[in-house]
Amino acid sequence: MSILHVENLTKTYNSGGRDLTVLQGVNFTLEPGDTFAIVGPSGSGKTTLLGLCAGLDRASSGSVQLNDIRLDTLTEDQRAAIRNQYVGFIFQNFQLLPTLTALENVMVPLELRGGEKNVAKTAQALLERVGLGDRGHHYPAQLSGGEQQRVSLARAFINRPKLLFADEPTGNLDADTSATVVDLLFELNREAGTTLVLVTHDLELAARTQRVIRVKGGTVIADSKERISERVKE
Amino acid sequence: MWLFRMAWRDSRRSRQRLLLFMSAIVLGIAALVAINSFGDNLARSIDDQARELLGADLTLSWTRAPSAKTQQLLKTLGRNRAYEVSFASLVSTPKNGGVRLAQVKGLQGNFPFYGTWEVQPASAVQTFRQATSRVALVDDALLIQMGVQPGDSVRVGNLSFLIVGRVTKTPGQAAIAATVAPTVFVPNQFLANTGLLQRGSRIAYKYYYQLAPDKATGTVDADKFIKPLTARLDKEGINYDTVTERKNQTGRSFADLTKYLSLVAFVALLLGCVGVASAVQLYVKEKVASVAILRTLGASGRQAFLIYLYQTTLMGLIGATVGAMLGSVVQLLLPHVFGNFLPITVDTALSAPAILGGISTGLLISVLFSLLPLLAIRNVSPLRTLRSSYEDDLQGRDPLRWLVYGLVVCFIVGFAYWQTKNLLLSVGFTGGLVVAFSLLTAIGLGLIWLVRRFFPASWSYTWRQSLANLYRPNNQTLILITSIGLGAFLIATLYLTQGLLLGRVELSGSGKQPNMVLFDIQNEQLAGVKSLVQAQKLPILQEVPVVTMRLMDINGKNGETVRKDTTQKPPKWAFTREYRITYRDSLISSEKLASGKAPYQANGASYISIEKGFFERMHLKLGDTLNFNVQGAPIQTIVGGTREVEWNRVQTNFVVVFPAGVLEQAPQFHVLMTRVPDNQASAVLQRGLVSQFPNVSAIDLGLILKTIDEILAQISFVIQFMALFSILTGLLVLASSVVISKFQRIRESVLLRTLGASRNQILGITFLEYSMLGFVAALSGILLSIAGTWGLARFVFEVPYRPDALPLLVITLVVTGLTILIGVFNSRDVLVKPPLEVLRAEV
Repeated sequence: MSILHVENLTKTYNSGGRDLTVLQGVNFTLEPGDTFAIVGPSGSGKTTLLGLCAGLDRASSGSVQLNDIRLDTLTEDQRAAIRNQYVGFIFQNFQLLPTLTALENVMVPLELRGGEKNVAKTAQALLERVGLGDRGHHYPAQLSGGEQQRVSLARAFINRPKLLFADEPTGNLDADTSATVVDLLFELNREAGTTLVLVTHDLELAARTQRVIRVKGGTVIADSKERISERVKE
Repeated sequence: MWLFRMAWRDSRRSRQRLLLFMSAIVLGIAALVAINSFGDNLARSIDDQARELLGADLTLSWTRAPSAKTQQLLKTLGRNRAYEVSFASLVSTPKNGGVRLAQVKGLQGNFPFYGTWEVQPASAVQTFRQATSRVALVDDALLIQMGVQPGDSVRVGNLSFLIVGRVTKTPGQAAIAATVAPTVFVPNQFLANTGLLQRGSRIAYKYYYQLAPDKATGTVDADKFIKPLTARLDKEGINYDTVTERKNQTGRSFADLTKYLSLVAFVALLLGCVGVASAVQLYVKEKVASVAILRTLGASGRQAFLIYLYQTTLMGLIGATVGAMLGSVVQLLLPHVFGNFLPITVDTALSAPAILGGISTGLLISVLFSLLPLLAIRNVSPLRTLRSSYEDDLQGRDPLRWLVYGLVVCFIVGFAYWQTKNLLLSVGFTGGLVVAFSLLTAIGLGLIWLVRRFFPASWSYTWRQSLANLYRPNNQTLILITSIGLGAFLIATLYLTQGLLLGRVELSGSGKQPNMVLFDIQNEQLAGVKSLVQAQKLPILQEVPVVTMRLMDINGKNGETVRKDTTQKPPKWAFTREYRITYRDSLISSEKLASGKAPYQANGASYISIEKGFFERMHLKLGDTLNFNVQGAPIQTIVGGTREVEWNRVQTNFVVVFPAGVLEQAPQFHVLMTRVPDNQASAVLQRGLVSQFPNVSAIDLGLILKTIDEILAQISFVIQFMALFSILTGLLVLASSVVISKFQRIRESVLLRTLGASRNQILGITFLEYSMLGFVAALSGILLSIAGTWGLARFVFEVPYRPDALPLLVITLVVTGLTILIGVFNSRDVLVKPPLEVLRAEV
């Protein structure tokens, strides 16, 4: 059973009366526990691809199956429920709710789900895991960038997602902080057995994943899996 | 549950601002609760003090002597009775030679039976009742006007009376009534010798009765008591008034007053709601990023929407509750505000219905008005977490918006109907609001368009920046122009209408128009009065005979038939009222022929002319026969024509005019009009009248003008008090929109500061922006109000319209000044603090 199956995915925007295809005929499949990176230059369509895979947007054609559920047939609210159930997110600009404390931010996904017990405890444990056990009552504005990204890591894992999407997770961080965050990301991912989809233009970071696809002009121009399998064939 | 928690948590960082938004409804609710509480208290007080409104259980009054048999009956009804004869007459004070028209009441018996007759000293009432010598009780207002006090004397007709007491309140009479027609009370037994009770004088008679309690119930039921007598009383033209009747009447008129005032309060509330709606809209714009995060993390559109709906609802509830509390305090003041208009003492108590009604209204209205901007939250796309520039989600048309618009309109109509119970008025009120809002919105949009279209690219940076602020995204142009404009509109309209009413009276008093009316001149006095006037070199501008009569039947159908037959059109009062009629063969300058001819005689028949409005109310047609009873003698007439009459001219105007040659021999009195150049001439003439023709009364228009001015001043105080709530709300809305915009603009101002803009430049930009907004808003409101009052002047009051420019200019400047003041005051942080500190604190 694949965790994410992308088939012939195409996205076209209408801009100024003209159709602009930002993604064309993308195919790939990820198995549970895979780590996967999408790389490419700015404007290549990698963020669009991530948005489509995570059910944040609708494809113009083609399909995305997340945990064997076809996203294109679902309504926005149904896709939101799927995200809450199976997906975790890390963003370049952290995307913490500015009005909630760090602890409350971490709690949100479980609280949204409703019916969960010991949410605060779980959240506190995760904050401690990312090294922010004593910062739970601080607001995002009172935390540094690295700290904010660690809070968002804790939030991403609290619903024990099957799939974690990370969009340029180190894009706004300095080198040292980046290294800490990335280490933490991979550690947590390994511990939880989550499938990781990473969008980055940092090739070094991408190299830490098992598989890398390279996107340019909206199409996949290289897929390391194919190279690997070709190599295996050879 | 989590949604509540989330709403609570999310509001933490913006609670102050949310409260500020909601403060906009506080004053509206306060005004509403205050007015409705006052209405409730008034109704209760009227119930409690009903008998004091009348001073008796029952009163019977008439102006035409009843039959001897009925007179006998009137003397024997009830357990106790008091008798009153009243008429208007000039009274004078020998001490200082003052003369003034007053209501003279000859009293006999122990009036009032209920309530207290407030007289200083209190013992004077007893002295008056047991009077064996000529004593008088005089209304406080008259004593002040004439400059005399108890111990002095007042002359009524041929007799002098010693003033023994100062009347401060008579049961059932509002203090304002004493200003309009101040009264001199004298013992009835002396009235005959005053020489004022002549035939032809306008005299009213009244009995006050105290009834014995019903044996079965132990209570007094005046309505039950009077029922078997009504047919007989009606026939003799005797009016009856019971406690229930008076209570209903008083209750109704005050219920009307409070209803209309509550609409004024409602305008304040709506103004607040417009503020709430625009505040929530900006709030939502700020929250879009948070909503997108929540959506990404799996929140449904409904959940996200509810989080913010709960927030605004809670704030609405708090705003409404604070408003209700404030209103409950304000209502304690209202009896003082209304003071002189109230015929009773109003006990103030908390009114649960008013408070609950106010809170529910506030809650409902804040939810309803925040729904419009909140609906957009449902459509916020999670994609915004990835792309901050993503904006497609909020552009689409949401059909639910129309539903909300519909609900808002229904709510306004419904609320107005709830308050006034008058559908037409409610729809009209809503329509008026929609028109005012639309026009102000159009002006706002027009301003935005004009600034863009004719942008002065060559002007200085400060000018360009402040002008650009008027149309850039998140501009406040529309909201400020509608809210401040509506506030200015209300103030200016109040002011202009008051001027209109006063101007209408003043107009009549200007130029060559008469300003003094002498009436009740008997046939034999006419020559004498004329020569008295001419001796003082005053002109006789008009002299008309007046004959009083009653209508017996129309086309052979009398009042009795009309009463029994519900299909008959003429109203019942047509047969009970007294007609004062003159006779002449032509129309005068204040009249215009509407149909038929001027009064004439032909073939021995008398063709009369009827005033157009009266003709329509009576459902008459040309050729109808009217049978009049002229003090005993029947006279048959035919409707020969109708006239339009300019009632607002100081003229003796009549609804019915007979042709000459019919009424000459009938008992009649004369009215004479003259113009006195000043108060002194007026006093000399009145003194002459009092000494030579004591029964002749004079109405001094100058005095009436002064009285009307006083009354209008009091009325306008009541209205201004209510309008104050609208104005303060307007300022609050202004303050909150400025504060919201501060959050919008702060980054920009900080950026400008960072880039090296001086304090003066930022101050200049803010100053110019708010001066333009304030000025355009105030000017639009005032122009709108000029248009509105022009309509009133042209179509309702039918007077020429000349609004006074100076006060309007003052209103414009004050409103603009306040806008600038609040705008600059709220932006002071950016001006005085270092940029980084501001950014850290606010963002």
